[in-house]
Amino acid sequence: MTRDEITSGLAEILEEVAGVNPDDVAEGKSFTDDLDVDSLSMVEVVVAAEEKFGVKIPDNEVQNLKTVGDAVSYIEAQS
Amino acid sequence: MGHYQPSRVVTNDELAQLVDTNDEWIRDRVGIATRRIAGDETVADMATAAAGKALASSGLTAADIDLVVVATCTSVDRSPNVACRVAAKLGIAAPAAYDINTACSGFAYALGTADHAIRAGAARNAIVIGAEKLSDFTDWTDRSTCIIFGDGAGAAVVTAAAEGEPAGVGPVVWGSVPEKSDAVRIEGWRPYIAQEGQAVFRWATTALAPLALRACEQAGVDPSELAAFVPHQANARIIDGIAKRLNIPDAIIAKDIVESGNTSAASIPLALSKLVERREVPSGAPVLLFGFGGGLTYAGQVVRCP
Repeated sequence: MTRDEITSGLAEILEEVAGVNPDDVAEGKSFTDDLDVDSLSMVEVVVAAEEKFGVKIPDNEVQNLKTVGDAVSYIEAQS
Repeated sequence: MGHYQPSRVVTNDELAQLVDTNDEWIRDRVGIATRRIAGDETVADMATAAAGKALASSGLTAADIDLVVVATCTSVDRSPNVACRVAAKLGIAAPAAYDINTACSGFAYALGTADHAIRAGAARNAIVIGAEKLSDFTDWTDRSTCIIFGDGAGAAVVTAAAEGEPAGVGPVVWGSVPEKSDAVRIEGWRPYIAQEGQAVFRWATTALAPLALRACEQAGVDPSELAAFVPHQANARIIDGIAKRLNIPDAIIAKDIVESGNTSAASIPLALSKLVERREVPSGAPVLLFGFGGGLTYAGQVVRCP
């Protein structure tokens, strides 16, 4: 999967879980500051991402995923 | 059933004067509008009040009760236990009386042990109580926890079924996740409650629905038949997350958390008692109870609504 494909997959998840406009999702965006995803919604995003991309994202890793780009890199490295 | 809550209502706006928070944030993250906070009442006082009401509504008298089980994790006294104090105050002469501590899953555990005792012939008429005074263990300077908790108690009278009568309490599905022991803590001497919110949220919204469905299966009840789902009132978003995975659109989903906060082991009997009081669920209809919390522990069963 390319980074763009992972980003658009995350955009679908963010729209469903947290009502984020997919057009706003880009690698430089912060989940909390730019996309208004709160800490519990972030958990839902992570759970959905595990399923969608077939990766494992442990609890202690979630806090390191500050931006969409962080998540894309983590998923890219795992898959 | 019966329940008791302290008279003092604490609003989100009042908490906003203690810590940096606000009404909208609290409603959005945990779904709580108000909680009840005890004054002088002890865990035993609240347990006794709830149990007295449950006993009165059951039609039995103190002389009929031979088992008292109290689920609590916030009783300060080490001995006597809360069950003995309740029995003394209600004039129950010689019951088997014990407390159990499985934190927020306590009521479903206690109900399981009472059900087993009755099935084994070790008791005939039990009072099962969940009672908590979490305000004694709340750090009122910690905005991540002090907004969540409340005080209260709920109780149920559980009796042996008559010959040929269907069981009112289904098989308990219970267990724990010891490797996540640190996720919810009330540790040490004079402790405060602490928790890893994201880890608990993740576990609760992903691991529990299959276990709750197993409780339905063991009771021989299809989830679509459930009249109500009464989970531990931890967080409105956890409740919604579990309910979504159970796929029970027609069932009433208990949301007493809005007015009562998270009352740990008291939350299920409080919410169920209120549903019964408001006659929202027909007597005899299947209701799924599911407790979860510190330990991490969980327990749940299908009961027939009183």
